[in-house]
Amino acid sequence: MSTVEAPPRGPATARAPRRRIRLTDRARHERNLGWLLAGPAFIAMVAVTGYPILNALWLSMFDYRLTDPGGREFVGLGNYTTILTDGLFWQQFGVTSLITVVTVAAELVLGFALAMVMHRALYLRTALRTAILVPYGIITVVSAYAWAYAFSNTYGFVNGLFGLGEFDWFGGTWSALVTVCVAEIWKTTPFMSLLLLAGLAQIPDDYLEAAKVDGATAWQRVKRVILPNMKAAIMVALLFRTLDAFRIFDSIFIMTAGAQGTETLSFLAYRQTISRVMVGLGSAVSVILAILVVIIAVMFVKVFKTDLSQQRGER
Amino acid sequence: MSTSRRTQAGWIAGAILIIAYAVIPVLWIVSLSFKEGDDITNNAFLPTVWSWENYRTVFASDLFTTALRNSVGMALIATTISVILATLAAYAVSRLNFPGKRLVLGVALAITVFPVIAIATPLFNLWRSIGLYDTWLGLIIPYLSYSLPLAVYVLAAFFREIPWEMEQAAQVDGATAWQAFRRVIVPLATPGVFTAAILTFFAVWNDFVFGITLTSSEAARPVPAALAFFQGASQFSQPTAPIAAAAVVVTIPVVVLVLLFQRKIVAGLTNGAVKG
Repeated sequence: MSTVEAPPRGPATARAPRRRIRLTDRARHERNLGWLLAGPAFIAMVAVTGYPILNALWLSMFDYRLTDPGGREFVGLGNYTTILTDGLFWQQFGVTSLITVVTVAAELVLGFALAMVMHRALYLRTALRTAILVPYGIITVVSAYAWAYAFSNTYGFVNGLFGLGEFDWFGGTWSALVTVCVAEIWKTTPFMSLLLLAGLAQIPDDYLEAAKVDGATAWQRVKRVILPNMKAAIMVALLFRTLDAFRIFDSIFIMTAGAQGTETLSFLAYRQTISRVMVGLGSAVSVILAILVVIIAVMFVKVFKTDLSQQRGER
Repeated sequence: MSTSRRTQAGWIAGAILIIAYAVIPVLWIVSLSFKEGDDITNNAFLPTVWSWENYRTVFASDLFTTALRNSVGMALIATTISVILATLAAYAVSRLNFPGKRLVLGVALAITVFPVIAIATPLFNLWRSIGLYDTWLGLIIPYLSYSLPLAVYVLAAFFREIPWEMEQAAQVDGATAWQAFRRVIVPLATPGVFTAAILTFFAVWNDFVFGITLTSSEAARPVPAALAFFQGASQFSQPTAPIAAAAVVVTIPVVVLVLLFQRKIVAGLTNGAVKG
């Protein structure tokens, strides 16, 4: 995910217009081949996501309970009013936002430290990179169980380690949220650090040497040279992690099952549709969640000017 | 770059800390999986007696072995389909000029950030009416919703790095665009395809949302969802340690892939920007 401004590559872009004029046959062939090759993937992607989304939009306008298909009734935006005027929804929105902000902020700081060490340590490089890929690759449910059991006052070692006696981490909202955040941060910081490492590797060593020669302290070098030059990489990493954190589900399901006011929006959508079979209401929650994710993405791109073109492999 | 010995010692200390950070929770679940009897509730990191009992328990239960078979089978099928379709698409997007190629990448990116639960809940309804609920196909199709965009965008980034001139040279020598793709680009692209396959496999192997919403029995339930059902409703009186053992078993493929292909995975995640 190279994010440093690279000059546009000459041949590919410069040749295209000329080819279109002189080699019409070849251009037409290329165009057909392009869609022939990209078409199946494109159609598959649109079909497997587009249909469910449109279907959710449609269902969200009905008062529809799976166990009572006869009582299905069109209510327009009624479900949305029900949800948005419910205090519980706003509490869950708050919990989801809190988890997102706390975990992403912690991951940014920790991830940056990890990236710095990976970039600078001359020894243990392979061991280091192999080790951090384990949290990245491990199943989220497994990570959630590992942390739930570690914090548990029946099975865990955390209380013993910190002399907390019989403290019940899952007995209160705040302490339960702490355990969820710890599990999430542990699991996803490596991904963040690798994205940041890519940005870090793009900063020419000369810049840092020059700053050093000019008498900049280590902190000044980080603040004035490294961070400004990594802005693009940081923004992309933040965008990806924020959107991912906002749909948190697995850890909540395993660690707290939404108890003690730890329910998140994804969990609410799941509970309404699957457990309570209130398909209409659940679909409306899904649609709201999707809209929120789009708003976050647009905010990043428009307000923070996150440049995704490099991310998408465009030149 | 000149680095003094003392600073390097600091970085090594940092590296050791990070390795500990990464592996301690994994060692904890491994240690828990070897506990039995009173050890399970001894609130200590290590067992006093190491026992294989929990592994015998999970492998003796259909609940786990069936789920393992489902997970492996569905992950391999979804990965294969995704990588084949994505390879063709990524080649087209990074090498050919055609109207709408930005759209392909834009759609892929938009889908990767979309909340999975928003796709799963409508499918729950649809699959029940057309009979795909609780089947392999009923999970493989939704898996494509995230494995395919992931594969497309990892591969598009890889293909960008392939020497373009080689293909031109082949075309100058009389090869068609299709021949240039098959004979020249495919061999060059194989490492990227392989990396995309690993990352896609991880993503599908990790699935929990679809596994839990679109299945109701052992017929298609993958391991992460099955782990959640060990609790309470299973035949285990106290499922903690068996869950730990099952968790360790499904972590083994991840660790093996990471050990074998560390460089490729790092390169894949950083889109080839980091060499090493």
